Amino acid sequence: MTLMLPAVAVLGALGLAMAAMLVWASKVFYVPTDPIVDALIELMPGANCGACGYPGCADAAEHIVAGDVTPDVCTSCDAETFELIGELLGMEISAAEPTYPITLCQGGTNCKDRYDYIGADTCRAAILLAGTKKACSYGCIGLGDCVRACMFDAIEIADNGLPKIKKYNCKGCGACVRECPQQVLTIAKEHGPVYVVCSSHDKGKYVKEICEFGCIGCGICKKNCPEGAIKLVKAVAVIDQEKCTQCGTCIGVCPRNAIVKL
Amino acid sequence: MTDALIPALMPTENIFPIFVEAMFTKNFLLVMFLGLCSYVGLTTNSDTSKGMSMAVTFVMTMSAILTWPIYYYLLSDASFLGNDLTFLKTICFILVIAAFVQLVEFIIRKFSPPLYRSLGIYLPLISTNCAVLGVVLLNIQEGYTYGASILYAFGAGLGYSWVMLATAAVREKLIMRDVQLFSGFIGAFFAAMMAALIVASYFAVVKL
Repeated sequence: MTLMLPAVAVLGALGLAMAAMLVWASKVFYVPTDPIVDALIELMPGANCGACGYPGCADAAEHIVAGDVTPDVCTSCDAETFELIGELLGMEISAAEPTYPITLCQGGTNCKDRYDYIGADTCRAAILLAGTKKACSYGCIGLGDCVRACMFDAIEIADNGLPKIKKYNCKGCGACVRECPQQVLTIAKEHGPVYVVCSSHDKGKYVKEICEFGCIGCGICKKNCPEGAIKLVKAVAVIDQEKCTQCGTCIGVCPRNAIVKL
Repeated sequence: MTDALIPALMPTENIFPIFVEAMFTKNFLLVMFLGLCSYVGLTTNSDTSKGMSMAVTFVMTMSAILTWPIYYYLLSDASFLGNDLTFLKTICFILVIAAFVQLVEFIIRKFSPPLYRSLGIYLPLISTNCAVLGVVLLNIQEGYTYGASILYAFGAGLGYSWVMLATAAVREKLIMRDVQLFSGFIGAFFAAMMAALIVASYFAVVKL
């Protein structure tokens, strides 16, 4: 019993001291948070996809309120969300033209396999094993790293062994493009552009052997292009999107059906 | 009620064995089984285990610095109060450590937002981590001097860190395997089994 009083006193005093210190610290080290930033974070998609160039939605919100960037850096917001954000910040926001990824490869099941691959179900793991399982070392492997990178369930591996974009779900954030180890995905504008959908730098004869649709670097498209917008880079045709008028001449003349208009 | 009960501040004997003991032969995770919840929960990838290791090492060292004087100058019967209040040590240590962790969170949030983002989220997790409390209670139980207790706590933190990082490395490799058993609910079972194997082999080495 004699210890009761000092015990209560010591513990009480210690508790009070700690509490006082924390109260003092919370005043001194108070970090003001902007209520507008908090409200904006609530409105943002919260996918933290990184398409805006910031690590997450909270970071992007801070920079938007600070005026470093305009809200349309966010490719994941839909029109409705932009309207709400516009109301919050008191500005008009026009959403950027929608974009979505395309696959610069028509291989998949049209391209021969070098061996049966049994192992971890990721493209990155497959590359580690003697290059890719495809005869074409530049093409899509089709094990779906892009599918797993997508935060919006907008991409799947179709029956032809190639990624298929579900345009309705796709926000054009580019997470799949950054993830793809073969770099066969690229971001395209929604309307119009013409693309050579092959990435192979192999010689024409070899491409002909292994793939039904691969670019063989014959140069017919280059000769026929009225704008001179096509050039051959390491045995594959590349279209200069600045010069291209989307006339479609090259699509008709390509003997390999390797050029498409989106 | 003599001052002789308070150990000397600076150690006189060689304290290197204490450091090795904390880090290896009496490793907090593998031998004493303290702090296992964070061990299982945060070793799924090396980034989180790195952050947690840093936070735990820091908090362990700082709590040793704080709790030793409180025990000997406030609670023990050699203190100026003259009462033996050592039965209050657990609750006092929890109080001090929790308040200190809260304070550190305030401070780094104010002065270093990047550090707060990488370290701050783990701080609330360890405010009353059993490994941290274990270190400070063992310091008292073993009667370490002030210097030795700080070194012991730092060694314990480093011991915790290397086990965390090593396990995270193994678990990251396991996740890459194309074996369904290693993921999901059954995966937790396999993680526990893997931890058991690590512990068993570690015992074999340490007890030799």
